[in-house]
Amino acid sequence: MKNRSLVSIDDLTTNDILKILDLAVEFEKNPVQKLLEGRVIATLFFEPSTRTRLSFESAINRLGGKIVGFSDASSSSVSKGETLYDTIRTVNNYCDLIVMRHPVEGSARFASEIATVPVINAGDGANQHPTQTLLDLYSIRKTQGTLDNLNIFMVGDLKYGRTVHSLMMAMSRWNATFNFIAPDELKMPDEFKLYLDNMGLKYYEHTDFTDIISRADIIYMTRVQRERFSDPIEYEKVKNVYVLKDKMLKNTKPNMRILHPLPRVNEIHIDVDRNPKAYYFEQALNGVYTRQAILCSLLGIK
Amino acid sequence: MKEPKQLSVSAIQNGTVIDHIPAKNLFKVIQILGLDHIENQITFGTNLESKRLGRKAIIKISGIFFEDEDINRIALVAPEAKLNIIRDYEVVEKRVVKVPDTIIGIAKCMNPKCITNFEQVTTRFRVVSKKIVALKCHYCEKITNQENLHII
Repeated sequence: MKNRSLVSIDDLTTNDILKILDLAVEFEKNPVQKLLEGRVIATLFFEPSTRTRLSFESAINRLGGKIVGFSDASSSSVSKGETLYDTIRTVNNYCDLIVMRHPVEGSARFASEIATVPVINAGDGANQHPTQTLLDLYSIRKTQGTLDNLNIFMVGDLKYGRTVHSLMMAMSRWNATFNFIAPDELKMPDEFKLYLDNMGLKYYEHTDFTDIISRADIIYMTRVQRERFSDPIEYEKVKNVYVLKDKMLKNTKPNMRILHPLPRVNEIHIDVDRNPKAYYFEQALNGVYTRQAILCSLLGIK
Repeated sequence: MKEPKQLSVSAIQNGTVIDHIPAKNLFKVIQILGLDHIENQITFGTNLESKRLGRKAIIKISGIFFEDEDINRIALVAPEAKLNIIRDYEVVEKRVVKVPDTIIGIAKCMNPKCITNFEQVTTRFRVVSKKIVALKCHYCEKITNQENLHII
């Protein structure tokens, strides 16, 4: 993987993915390794994303690397009208690797074609966020002991949520079964269902939470956002339907774990946090190990 | 009785005739092939009757012979176009256009949030469906379909 960029999860072979996950296991055992000593990593956040940025910066710091960058576009030369092309050409000279978050879709692919150092896409608009997918895969494998033949439930905004799309595409490599729980307005788009049909994978669609979740190995929760609804009445109708509460978990499988890309608003009731099946905060921690593994893989250090 | 007068688009000695262009896309074909920037003699007819297309257009270009790679660029707007290669007033070869696997720099990505609509980037698509053309953007990964297809 040395000197390659990571723009989309599809850029990685199954073998690449497993190598990154295995390396992340090593970092979980021994998180402080000064493998990036003397290296400079640029973190270019053209839109704010506290969680992703801190997770990357934590990963870089634990590896002993140095960070240059900005955390929103107003403090960069973008506010002076500089093009992304010029920014990347310039920053490329200052660092060994670029981590970039940008609101425009396809911007990361474009940057990876301009830069001579590897580019990690930390989110390009509604398009891709591959490091999130890798940390989700890490969390699933860690909690289930395998990625094969799992029953994955995805809940909430399945129309606009890029994390669920990427995770679904990734998990389709391991013969997963999918259950989609979403309001009509936010259903999984046809193009993804067509993809599963072509892969010969099973999926089921539901409009509300029922006992069906007793079959789940993983419940992947997402936020249902008010601004996604064309009709505010529709939002009022569904806003409390997709809230996970502790009492709903009674009949779920012992191995079942609840994941969420965070930030959470109200879709997981805080009474779930005490349940050992709640895994979203550990999932965030796994993000640091996974990003350590990604950084080292792309720099050819491990 | 007088014979009705008939004017036909004049024959060419050497060059290419592109037939079966949908009439509404004639000017797009001209634009894609850059025919508005060359000095050669060109004649075209449009809104001609066609059993297949309803109304078709035809272009005769004198002294120009296209490479497959160049001519396939018009497949997006004239998928059924047929080429007659003329030498010394005779048709020496007939060719059809084929939709290529990748489209570079012809079509516009329909996603307003795509980087290609913000910065100077040459658009690039993978053709994911050829019969009813559907293009997947190399950058934003969104699909641009036939009805939303705009030629740059």
